[in-house]
Amino acid sequence: MAPPAAPAPRLALTGIRKAYPGVLANDDVALTVEEGEIHALLGENGAGKSTLVKIIYGVLAPDEGEIRWAGRPVRIASPNAARQLGIGMVFQHFSLFEALSVLENVALGMDGEKNWQALAGRIVEVSRAYGLPLDPTREVHELSVGERQRIEIVRCLLQAPKLLIMDEPTSVLTPQEVDRLFLTLRQLASEGVSILYISHKLHEIKALCDAATIMRGGKVVAHCDPKVETARSMATLMVGSNFAAPEKPAKRLKRAPRFQVNALDLESSEAFGTSLKEVSFEVRAGEIFGIAGVAGNGQTELLAALSGERPVEAEAIIIDGNRAGALGPRARRGLGLAYIPEERNGHAAIPDLTLAENALLSAFDRRALLTNGVIRFARASAFAEEVIERFSVKATGPDARASSLSGGNLQKFVVGREILQAPNVLIAAQPTWGVDAGAAAAIHQALLDLATHGVAVLVVSQDLDELLVLTDRMAVINGGRLSRPLVTGEATLEEIGLLMGGLHDLPDDIPAVETAAVNQHVQAL
Amino acid sequence: MDGTVALLAAVIVASTPLLFAAIGELVAERSGVLNLGVEGMMLAGAVTGFAVTLTTGSHLVGIGSAAVAGAAMALVFAVLTLSLMANQVATGLALTIFGVGLSALVGSSFVGTPLPRLPRLDIPGLSDLPVVGPLLFRHDVLVYGAVALTLAVAWFLAKTRGGMILRAVGENHEAAHGLGYNVIHIRYLAVLFGGLCAGLGGAFLSIAYTPMWIEQMTAGRGWIALALVVFAAWRPLRVLVGAYLFGGVTILQLHAQGLGLFAVPSQVMSMLPYIATIIVLVVISIGPWKARLQAPACLGRPFLPTN
Repeated sequence: MAPPAAPAPRLALTGIRKAYPGVLANDDVALTVEEGEIHALLGENGAGKSTLVKIIYGVLAPDEGEIRWAGRPVRIASPNAARQLGIGMVFQHFSLFEALSVLENVALGMDGEKNWQALAGRIVEVSRAYGLPLDPTREVHELSVGERQRIEIVRCLLQAPKLLIMDEPTSVLTPQEVDRLFLTLRQLASEGVSILYISHKLHEIKALCDAATIMRGGKVVAHCDPKVETARSMATLMVGSNFAAPEKPAKRLKRAPRFQVNALDLESSEAFGTSLKEVSFEVRAGEIFGIAGVAGNGQTELLAALSGERPVEAEAIIIDGNRAGALGPRARRGLGLAYIPEERNGHAAIPDLTLAENALLSAFDRRALLTNGVIRFARASAFAEEVIERFSVKATGPDARASSLSGGNLQKFVVGREILQAPNVLIAAQPTWGVDAGAAAAIHQALLDLATHGVAVLVVSQDLDELLVLTDRMAVINGGRLSRPLVTGEATLEEIGLLMGGLHDLPDDIPAVETAAVNQHVQAL
Repeated sequence: MDGTVALLAAVIVASTPLLFAAIGELVAERSGVLNLGVEGMMLAGAVTGFAVTLTTGSHLVGIGSAAVAGAAMALVFAVLTLSLMANQVATGLALTIFGVGLSALVGSSFVGTPLPRLPRLDIPGLSDLPVVGPLLFRHDVLVYGAVALTLAVAWFLAKTRGGMILRAVGENHEAAHGLGYNVIHIRYLAVLFGGLCAGLGGAFLSIAYTPMWIEQMTAGRGWIALALVVFAAWRPLRVLVGAYLFGGVTILQLHAQGLGLFAVPSQVMSMLPYIATIIVLVVISIGPWKARLQAPACLGRPFLPTN
């Protein structure tokens, strides 16, 4: 008689391989997730995490390899098939319908659910049981990012999943929302739900996960216990080599303000945008000033006003003593403003143009790349070459198309292009979003160096860690209003988090509507 | 008093073709497809309705054929834009020009031929009421039908699962696809419905409003219907209001011309509904209404299913 076998793991992948033309996205990947386990999938952008998850969720079919679900080999042909097995997924980019209500959004994901009244009751029930307050009658565009994520989670939970995949769930949340999400996830795990938690944030993984699988370059490089490993050792496994963390100079020059924003009001031009209300701050020479905040709180509008894409009152924006609010982007560049937009492709750079042409786009004035409107290609090319060399951009040369560069390299190019124009004021939006750790460190170092040379640097970012590393002072934008500035290092994480949540998003605020709907539901039973 | 009632009843009649075309286009646009071929589909409906009614002698068969003709035109559009990914704006414009030419060709032998008007459909009891009777209940079946269709579309979009899915597809086609809905299939149905309605609007013109065939007899009503959808901010009941408004302008200018009011050339008066369209579009686009911001988020964006 064989000894009684241990129960089969809920999900076991072996030998998974998936190749794209020119890239081996997954190479002999193995992953095992036990029942009730919170399992971290760790890796940098491009490590193959997304591909693996898409295979598990039935979006992609693997070229080779075996998937076992509770010990039984399965073929997951579609997301529908995955859901039927009991696999739910919360995507990093939500797939929600802005103009529809929470209830409609959930109902769209539930086949055959006919009784909407009952569904509304169930939404409230589940959202209460797991501490995810939601009002089913509200339309999605009114909701915060955290609330939107709750819709996705509740949508999954209504189908009673056995495995829940969370793709970078905390990148858009305030620290308080993160704590609360972790409570929910631990509760689910204690009820036997397995959770596959994808992230590159090491402290979160140490705090939350029972096991970790680390990927690099499409391969699994380690299975480990994050409670035992240090953040440093996991980082080394993830990145593959030691990289230098940026050095923050102990003391910086604090001189006169170079960039001032005075009581800036701006109505949003988007249907579901956030209007700015009396935003005021100043950035001094040699200072890095940060603006934190959850996406969609007015950052888009603020950046449009600061860059000159949307002109405002002349007095609202002062660059080096010049009233610049009414000027367009080109005139502001003339005053020494440089701008790194959030979106690399299509905003900072045009994918189909070469690097030389892209260099020309923002630098033609300050680097004298035109003669009477005619392009001086030799100079543009030389300038692009200079950016490529100074910022170690991996590209075949100035004639490479922007679209041929990886995200991190294109971002380094954009940052370099702006810095080499010798600006007085630099505005950077999400400068390291979606960039690998090496490039991020290089970009951070470049911004710090710029500040030591007396440039006023403004960084708008959702990544709190980034702002804590870089900035001297920071403020938080919420609902179109900017908080008072805090001195970085003196402010606590909790304080910043409360400002990000607008101080109102506290754990107990379950709307009255829900209680009424629950009563209705109970009576119906 | 009688004059006013007659005038208002005329407004209801004049707004009927606009209502048909606009409500059909509204459904297509809520699914995310911009079909600028409304004028062409109306003309196809008008000439088909006329020709079939003339040859079969049955108004109902004529109306049915007109709807099929409109839908057939829409099918051409749908195949080009949804399956072959042609540009929606260019294809819609081409469809209109095609409709103008095709209807002129088909209708060339019917020019000047008279047709018995679509009979009035009196409703016993209601039609004899004072004021309300002549105003609301002495119309033909298409006038009633246009209003009923508008209400039905409003109900469908707001209250049914199908309507919700249609709105979802127009709002975020990627997400709808991710949830397992067949975006292309749903858009085909919406575009065909739009063509069907435009065909009915055309048929009303050629067999009820002015029962004869005249080349380009839609006279830009398809374009007004497109403007109406924007004016209504993609809400069915507001289309109803808008259609009466534009119908009212049409009737007013006709009466003003007939009575010789205002010493301006008749051509200037005929321009009125179109000028009103432009003014209304400008005002609602820049004013506090910001109608363009209420457009379905995926309107006019082609959907290419991945993987």
